[in-house]
Amino acid sequence: MIRVENLHKYFGDNHVLEGIHAHIKPGEVISVIGPSGSGKSTFLRCINLLEKPDEGEIYIKGVPLIENMKRIDALRQQVGMVFQQFNLFPHMSVMGNITMAPKMIKKISDADAKDLAMELLQKVNLSEKADAFPNRLSGGQKQRVAIARALAMHPEIMLFDEPTSALDPEMVGEVLEVIRNLATEGMTMVIVTHEMGFCKEVSDRVFYMDHAIIYEEGTPQQIFEHPQKKRTKIFLSKVL
Amino acid sequence: MVWYYDLLQTLSNGVFGTFVKEDRFILLLKGLGVSLELTFFAAIIGLGIGLLVAISRINRIPVVSSIADLYVTIIRGTPVIVQLIIIYFIIIKAIFPAIVTAMIAFGINSGAYVSEIIRAGILAVDRGQMEAARSLGLSYRQAMIKVIVPQAIKNILPALGNEFIVLLKETSVAGYIAIDDLTRAAMKIRNITYDPTTPLFFIAYLYLMMTICLSKMLTSYERRLREGD
Repeated sequence: MIRVENLHKYFGDNHVLEGIHAHIKPGEVISVIGPSGSGKSTFLRCINLLEKPDEGEIYIKGVPLIENMKRIDALRQQVGMVFQQFNLFPHMSVMGNITMAPKMIKKISDADAKDLAMELLQKVNLSEKADAFPNRLSGGQKQRVAIARALAMHPEIMLFDEPTSALDPEMVGEVLEVIRNLATEGMTMVIVTHEMGFCKEVSDRVFYMDHAIIYEEGTPQQIFEHPQKKRTKIFLSKVL
Repeated sequence: MVWYYDLLQTLSNGVFGTFVKEDRFILLLKGLGVSLELTFFAAIIGLGIGLLVAISRINRIPVVSSIADLYVTIIRGTPVIVQLIIIYFIIIKAIFPAIVTAMIAFGINSGAYVSEIIRAGILAVDRGQMEAARSLGLSYRQAMIKVIVPQAIKNILPALGNEFIVLLKETSVAGYIAIDDLTRAAMKIRNITYDPTTPLFFIAYLYLMMTICLSKMLTSYERRLREGD
């Protein structure tokens, strides 16, 4: 589903990704963990080219992204993204947020877009908020709307960039619940997270990133219970 | 009570000389019309220039954006009177009548400030908004139109209104190129009556009323915009 080959990224002199290799199968749930500054978010943002890699290539369903930069808008539609800061459009209602892209890009009718939005809102348990504006929602509600908005384009892959890091603790659960349901439905997902418990429970594989590379990877059991490498052990001893 | 009577006498003489005698109020009315016309068309020209300049600077279109940078630097760094006189005497006096030249000159001047207002308004929209729109598959242009610009307008409109208020006041130097705007009409009357007090205070009052009205309109418009937040 996603193949990443020799990904390099620089911010000025700062070499933030030093050759990432990864292969993610359809329906797999990948969690990316690691200390801050290790390149987790940058890696995730490269997968839909919000950051343009300086070297390497990313294949989504076999199609190389960087080579097809001109078609990036179409290719991005297959990849939904959820941000730490939600990034809902404040000048649109919840309904407007969800229906805007399908109406604009897929040219679906108003009525169809509304049906789709209501269906998605039901899925994230927010049917009653369809006409509310983002500033009337709690953080957890905003993030669930953001997930619904991303799902409205029927992506085959969902990327989550620390989806619960900006939330009050009591709201983390409701957002994780939605992500958990997506995992059960077989959505291919890459989740950058600091929620170790959730990561352990929901992921098929865990990437531990450190010093700009995927330092160690494996199933949650391998990573959390039998980490092989030194820095992985140190990191986990601090966070668990 | 004598000084009181004298003052009244002076005032009524002033009013009579400035407004009534030889129908001088018509001069002032015409001047007011010229000032408003000048401001209106200069604002439209300025808005057009400002938009183009802001777009080329934000998108960093090669060559065009360096010219735009230079334009903004020069206009903001020199006095409007100097610009007006240069444009009038040296550049386009031969082509257009004075009033059109003035509209263009004030438009070019205002455009530099407007472009900065628009640019700042667009840049003030959170970067995440563009990223969210692009991640949904919108093109840069679609994201601009549907997501960035509607939010930027809320930042831009109040500052733009202020710019037009400034413009209205700045057109008072149009007399330098022999345009009979409100200020010059007052000066002409003073030259006939030798009474500077009445006409000058009167036009100051007029300018003040106009700018107060404009900013009242602006405030109520801003309030309506905010209700959406």
